[in-house]
Amino acid sequence: MSVLITLFWIAVAVALAMGAGWLFRALAIAVTRGPTARALRTAPISAGFGMLVILIYVLVAIFAPLIAPFAERQVVGAQFLPWDSTHLFGTDNLGRDLFTRLVYGARNTVGIAFATTALAFLAGSILGLLAATVGGWLDQALSRVVDILMAIPSLIFSLLLLTIFGTSVITLVLVIATIDSTRVFRLARSVAQNIVVMDYIEAAKLRGEGLWRLITREILPNAMAPLVAEFGLRFCFVFLMISALSFLGVGIQPPTADWGSMVRENAALITFGDVTPLLPAGAIALLTVAVNFVVDWMLHRASGLKE
Amino acid sequence: MKDTTNKPVLLTMRDIHIEGRSDETWSPIIKGVDITLHKGEVLGLIGESGAGKSTLGLAAMGFVRDGCRISGGTIDFDGIDLRAATKDQRRALRGKRIAYVAQSAAASFNPAHKLIDQYSEAPVQHGVMSRAEAEHDAVELYRRMRLPNPEEIGFRYPHQVSGGQLQRAMTAMAMSCRPDLIIFDEPTTALDVTTQIEVLSAIRDIVAQFDTAAIYITHDLAVVAQMADRIKVLLRGDEVEEADTRSMLSQPKEDYTKSLWAVRSHARPTQPPAEKGTTPVVSVRAVTAGYGQVDILKNVNFDIHKRRTVAVVGESGSGKSTAARVITGLLPPRQGQVLFDGKALPPDYRSRSRDQLRQAQMIYQMADTALNPKLRLRELIGRPAQMYLGLRGKALTERIRDLLHLIELDPDTFVDRLPSELSGGQKQRVGIARALAAEPQFIICDEVTSALDQLVAEGILRLLDRLQSEFDLAYMFITHDLATVRAIADEVVVMQNGRVVEQGPKDEMFQPPHDPYTELLLSSVPEMDPDWLTRLLKEREAKA
Amino acid sequence: MSAIWAMIAKRLGLGLLTLFVISLIIFSATEMLPGDLAEAVLGQAATEETVAAFRRELGLDQPAYVRYGNWLMGAVQGDFGTSLANKRPISDLIATRLGNTLFLALYAAAIAVPLSLILGVLAALFRNTWFDRGANALALTSISFPEFFVAYILIFVLAQSGLFPSMARVDANTGFGESLYRTFLPALTLTLVVTAHMMRMTRAAIINLLASPYIEMARLKGVKPMRVILRHALPNALAPIITVVALNLAYLITGVVVVEVVFVYPGLGQLMVDSVAKRDFPVVQAVALIFAAAYVLLNLTADVLSTLSNPRLIHRK
Repeated sequence: MSVLITLFWIAVAVALAMGAGWLFRALAIAVTRGPTARALRTAPISAGFGMLVILIYVLVAIFAPLIAPFAERQVVGAQFLPWDSTHLFGTDNLGRDLFTRLVYGARNTVGIAFATTALAFLAGSILGLLAATVGGWLDQALSRVVDILMAIPSLIFSLLLLTIFGTSVITLVLVIATIDSTRVFRLARSVAQNIVVMDYIEAAKLRGEGLWRLITREILPNAMAPLVAEFGLRFCFVFLMISALSFLGVGIQPPTADWGSMVRENAALITFGDVTPLLPAGAIALLTVAVNFVVDWMLHRASGLKE
Repeated sequence: MKDTTNKPVLLTMRDIHIEGRSDETWSPIIKGVDITLHKGEVLGLIGESGAGKSTLGLAAMGFVRDGCRISGGTIDFDGIDLRAATKDQRRALRGKRIAYVAQSAAASFNPAHKLIDQYSEAPVQHGVMSRAEAEHDAVELYRRMRLPNPEEIGFRYPHQVSGGQLQRAMTAMAMSCRPDLIIFDEPTTALDVTTQIEVLSAIRDIVAQFDTAAIYITHDLAVVAQMADRIKVLLRGDEVEEADTRSMLSQPKEDYTKSLWAVRSHARPTQPPAEKGTTPVVSVRAVTAGYGQVDILKNVNFDIHKRRTVAVVGESGSGKSTAARVITGLLPPRQGQVLFDGKALPPDYRSRSRDQLRQAQMIYQMADTALNPKLRLRELIGRPAQMYLGLRGKALTERIRDLLHLIELDPDTFVDRLPSELSGGQKQRVGIARALAAEPQFIICDEVTSALDQLVAEGILRLLDRLQSEFDLAYMFITHDLATVRAIADEVVVMQNGRVVEQGPKDEMFQPPHDPYTELLLSSVPEMDPDWLTRLLKEREAKA
Repeated sequence: MSAIWAMIAKRLGLGLLTLFVISLIIFSATEMLPGDLAEAVLGQAATEETVAAFRRELGLDQPAYVRYGNWLMGAVQGDFGTSLANKRPISDLIATRLGNTLFLALYAAAIAVPLSLILGVLAALFRNTWFDRGANALALTSISFPEFFVAYILIFVLAQSGLFPSMARVDANTGFGESLYRTFLPALTLTLVVTAHMMRMTRAAIINLLASPYIEMARLKGVKPMRVILRHALPNALAPIITVVALNLAYLITGVVVVEVVFVYPGLGQLMVDSVAKRDFPVVQAVALIFAAAYVLLNLTADVLSTLSNPRLIHRK
């Protein structure tokens, strides 16, 4: 019976999400014009939903102090209070307001994941583009190093490195960005390699263009579409990885409000039939789903435009 | 040429409409075409790219590709309504009574199975023969298709057989059930001319031997003239006209058809050879070059003079493009050197001066990949002028407008367009403008017209001609197409396996006596005369 | 034929080399510690003498290459040294846990691999139908879920009602059937996460394949749809499918860590997480080496198998 009820609520949620996605897309088409509006018209409802969710998360992260009723680390009542009007989602294992911590989590968890991805991207794509353009020994050396680093499963590798360097936010960001930049390197390099063989690159080289202009004017504009899509995918990956590490207790450390640690701190409740620990986990899942939906549409568009 | 009009009708297609989907909307590909085909008759379908030839050919089998649909008309094959038939009924016809020969045999054979297994599949699956009979039959047909080692070749995998042989093996496979109709979809387009002859003659003979009807799809008029009893001309999904081959060739009715026919007759007056003692613009001296251990070019010598066009001719693998790479400095030669205005150029382009780079420009075969798709025409054309001539601001804008005028594109309309907003011919013109922007003395044209439709190619050749006289340019024109050579060259260099086998002024080159390879190459180029293939084969037989 | 064996031998050699370099990285990771292992473990408060004594005990007074040699030789023979936390031989800690982790991973793989291949092929065949769209959206959703979210949902829905235990406690005395029952939820969690990935990749590989001209040719020869799939698509699909399976089995290695922690399953992953928290370096190194070796071996196997399934490579010119 409980399964049926769950299924019913899932159906309701899906229907609501589709409605919201459709509305948001209609709204977005109405307020934009030109190529953006034309692109939006091809977006499936799922992508509309994804964009709406991302927008909401960004707003919550920016305006967290205004939205949250209490301070991030403030103990406001007894432990594990049930849901009521003052404490929307009750309190956590130390008696802090759960809703407040969820709101601040958007800032901390998403912010850290975003910074990490950006760092990984900067390093990975610059090196990848450089390797493909210059070729020769530089390409060989970088590729071999990346091959080796990628032969170690990323979660295991980050656990190992975090043991050594300790678990501050800075080391967390650096360790994960390093590991993830290898994946970005691979992609950027293979995308650029397909571009480098084009006649227009040959023409630019024969014209006597320098390396900087070759990369920024001739290669990068043509590599943007797959790189942007990859940024979305990498963000999901990094976000899930940081959440997993936090959940395991070696990621973002308390008392910082973070969704992965919140699941861990309140996990005991689940065995009593309380859904509260699922809320931060769901917040993680929802954002990843949203980004994936948007990326899926972008990849679809990129592959369709090629023909 | 045979008269088949008194034979019974095999295939009738009436008012066929086919649509293709792009971005949720359906747009027409074929707009109401009729086809009537008698038993044993060969119908040539001819048209430029995008005319809908292949789509129409596949529709004759009741087949459409993904993303397409037949939206109207009737297809009647020997009394069977193909549009009303069930999937299984259509499937039972395919391979057994209607067969298909694809353009790329290399891609259309399954890499995982031997040729003979793929040959036997249709007869065994359709219950026409047992496996043993099919294998025996395969050897017979391989022999008739004049494949080497017919007993043994079937036991090879597709990647172990050459392109021309694969195309013949595919025709044999199509014949396996002795179908009433075969659709040939550009079967020789991907082959070199000398290989093409063998495939064409084998196809023609086997179709005649089994009295099979065929639809022969191609863009090459001279090829279709050899193969078809009747020709139908298509243009953007519409029928232009249809007639039997001889009257179509001698007296086309429609303007479009006439213009197609006329392209072949273009030629410009040849320039006299340069005076003795003048320094050539570019001089290739005893060049040997290659990749790894392999020499692609072996002791190659030729000169290119001011205001002259030198056509470098050869089949794929002859080394003609490698010669261009040596001249541009992309591939430093192992021996020999390249002189520019009598002075040796540094072998690697990276050690050449800006001015040396400016003097030699290149126009590419595929304008699609030669223009950066993310840059607007303003930057594509303006960049060389800015870099080499130091033009800025107003002077640069003026120069860009002049260049666009030179290539006959309206500056106001085009200057801010992206390459994707241009047609194939317009893109190639932009490629020319980019080369001109550097104000060079010498331009390498690498198969610049071979990806274009004939009418468009004609326009490009005329433009290049005009620019040459206007700016005293020297051209090196790489091509495999002798019709183009006839149209524009002053001198010809014939290459085979990395060596120059013959060179000289064009008028001498098209007169005997020839080097045997030049002879083979020249004689293999299809002519518009429907009797050409028959005559040629007889001549070759007589010689042998 | 000898060419292909040479190629495989080369791959194997490369795999061994990779493993060697990885062992080097894992070993030298502790060398990057500020100070050294002894100081890191004992902390600031320790006196010079105790640190020196501890160094001798750990063998830190020897040069790094000697310690690496000893460590690697030991590891190859199954001896990983002793745990810092409880002074027991690491091999004792690992032995039963390795078995448990393998059991869980194989359990999940046994469900996930056939399931996802079937679903992937179906989605490719019924491309752009409601089934495909639904399966695709569902797969995308479940890829996006963190493993612990899936795990807790399953606990909430299936363990609440008492259908399955929420803690997967097994020991040496648990029978095979009982083990299957107790580890059902962790196995299901892994299955759900991995199936989605594998299904999407299988679908993409098959669609890519079905677009090739030789498949169109087979259909134009009037070959039955089932035969087109089995005879024309499948032999060529082997390489991409093997790659997909291997990638995801490798993914299981990562997934297993989180799932073991959620379900308090006595496996290697849980041991590793505990040891990370305790900063028990030798144990972390040992477990990392085992996981990395499994990962490399999986990828290597896939590489060799897909080479062997490529007709262009088997039947050389």
